[in-house]
Amino acid sequence: MNERQANTLVVTLVTIANLFIAFLISGIVIWVLGEDPWFALKTMLYGAFGYDEGLGYTLYYSTNFIFTGLAFAIGFNCGLFNIGAEGQAYIGGLGVGLICLWLENWPLWLVFPLAVLVSIIFGGVWGAIPGYFKAKRGSHEVVTTIMFNFIASVIMVNLLSHVLRPPKEMSPESREFGERVWIPQMHEIFDWFGLEITQTPLNGTFIFALVCLLLVWRFIWYTRWGYELRTVGINETAAAYAGISVSKNIIIAMVIGGGLAGFVGINEIMGSSHRLMLNFQAGIGFTGIAVSLIGRNHPLGIFLAALLFGILYQGGAELSFELQTIDRHMVVLIQGLVILFAGALENLFRPQIEQLVKRISSEDS
Amino acid sequence: MWIDFLLILDATLRISVPFVFASMGGIFAERSGVIDFGLEGKMLGGAFVAATVAYWTQSAWWGLLGSIGIGIVFSMIHGYASITKRGNQVVSCVAINIFAMGLTVVLANAWFGMGGKTPQLPKEARFMPIKLPYAEEMRDLPIIGDIYYELISGHSILVYIAFVVVPVTAWIVFKSSFGLRLRATGENPLAVDTTGISVNKTRYQALLFNGILGGISGAYLSTAHLAFFVKDMSAGKGYIALAAMIVGKWRPYPAMFACLLFSFLFVIKDKPEVFDLLKGIVPVNILNSFLDMSPYILTVIFLAGFVGKAVAPKAIGQPFTKEK
Repeated sequence: MNERQANTLVVTLVTIANLFIAFLISGIVIWVLGEDPWFALKTMLYGAFGYDEGLGYTLYYSTNFIFTGLAFAIGFNCGLFNIGAEGQAYIGGLGVGLICLWLENWPLWLVFPLAVLVSIIFGGVWGAIPGYFKAKRGSHEVVTTIMFNFIASVIMVNLLSHVLRPPKEMSPESREFGERVWIPQMHEIFDWFGLEITQTPLNGTFIFALVCLLLVWRFIWYTRWGYELRTVGINETAAAYAGISVSKNIIIAMVIGGGLAGFVGINEIMGSSHRLMLNFQAGIGFTGIAVSLIGRNHPLGIFLAALLFGILYQGGAELSFELQTIDRHMVVLIQGLVILFAGALENLFRPQIEQLVKRISSEDS
Repeated sequence: MWIDFLLILDATLRISVPFVFASMGGIFAERSGVIDFGLEGKMLGGAFVAATVAYWTQSAWWGLLGSIGIGIVFSMIHGYASITKRGNQVVSCVAINIFAMGLTVVLANAWFGMGGKTPQLPKEARFMPIKLPYAEEMRDLPIIGDIYYELISGHSILVYIAFVVVPVTAWIVFKSSFGLRLRATGENPLAVDTTGISVNKTRYQALLFNGILGGISGAYLSTAHLAFFVKDMSAGKGYIALAAMIVGKWRPYPAMFACLLFSFLFVIKDKPEVFDLLKGIVPVNILNSFLDMSPYILTVIFLAGFVGKAVAPKAIGQPFTKEK
């Protein structure tokens, strides 16, 4: 085993250990509440991919988490904590909704690229402002992005209840936009090939999310821009010494992050609800933090972690349906534990695992 | 008009209490060099435990004790992750906030089955308004009588405690020897270490205060302001407290005034009289949004240093490593 392999093994084992302890504690909570943790686990797994409808929902949730996970990861690779994916997704979704309402009679192949562009602009601006304050005025990006989440939420409540709500409707949401700009759902896409699957909110955006994973991976590790971004993330002083503009890269990272978060709007608004509504992004931005941290801020890891959280969300819904004592919020609890152990306490078992791997690799040679 | 004005101030005082407790807690943590975005989680946890324990024991005071307990538990988890294990402090705070959001609803639902709500507390099990001595008698006095009767008297004990906590915090942080250690630890931990004082111990002590105050801020919500806990009860109040602490530049009195200012803006939004007065000048929905947003916008402006720069303690967010 060479050093690189050993390192990968350590990282993988550390992640598994951290996840294990988070799930163990969640299991204890379920047990304390008087339910059988094994039964809960089986119910969740069955609900998440025991039948094709469950699997559809799992992948639908995962699509969102891929976007917000990437949004956090881009910032993290540049040394930033972008806690604002929640607000960026909200405002990005506003852009998507507005363009769909406006161009509802245009063909999808024209509106889709426009919607992508608009959500990048809207979400990107929402990321760029905190980025600018961080880069030029030294404001802590965590506080600013949190504040921008709240500002976004106030703006959306106002717009949806006063401006975009049709006059005769009660609920604060926009009207449904025309069918021509709906992103085809997965069962329709499968139907083109003569395959039949159950209808779920899973739609073509999932494929777009996979493309984004690939693009972000190429961008961060195989372009000059990505190299500059990572240099700033590892050592700002060294980056500045090498002639890399720190503030430019901070703003770029926040814009790309904001844009990626904005794609949640494509999945939710254009692909599923077909109208602008309140809190369509609720919790997705924060889950992105957990996704990115477990995925070690790498697109491959983010993909796996997004799947994991898709499973948790869908399985959790199934679980709360089966067991009345267990609320849907069990998933939120698990998420908090995962962030704690995989993020803040990531080095809890590291020394022991490093030693173990060292012993194994020395026995090898 | 005069009485209306007093009533607005009275309402301002009442809703500022959780902000005041939490922002004082934040000052302790951040002055010692430990980031605390976890006020939201402590407030939420405190609110749930206070309501639950008060319901079980039928005593608001046991509820208060419980909320202090959960506040300390959360702040010690944060301390273990960020001081002992030198983990990332921001991530640890995010974890605590999300964990609290999940845990409170899961437990509330499992124990009471009311969709994340806890049962209504009877009068005996919550902090009721107290009438201060001579309030009735002094009522007839011009101005002073009104102020005493409407504004100062008739709050729950926690309101008075909140405004006692502010000078106490100011005294501890700026006048006591512990406060000197605390501030030095936040600015220059290495220097503190060379004098033989343990940086980590000081930070844990600061977090102890932080947890106590964070918990109490929640207890106020569920056992004094309202008489039950509901899902997501804190609803961003912990972040507003954080904002007030920043706008107040990590100083107790200015932070308290920031809390009062934010509360004032929230109150006038709900006062039709004032609202009618203002809406002649600005369109209603813009005015509404602006009042809702103002704490967040003010925080961004202050952090960016457009109006008096808010500078955090120097060593904030950095775990201390003793040189060998």
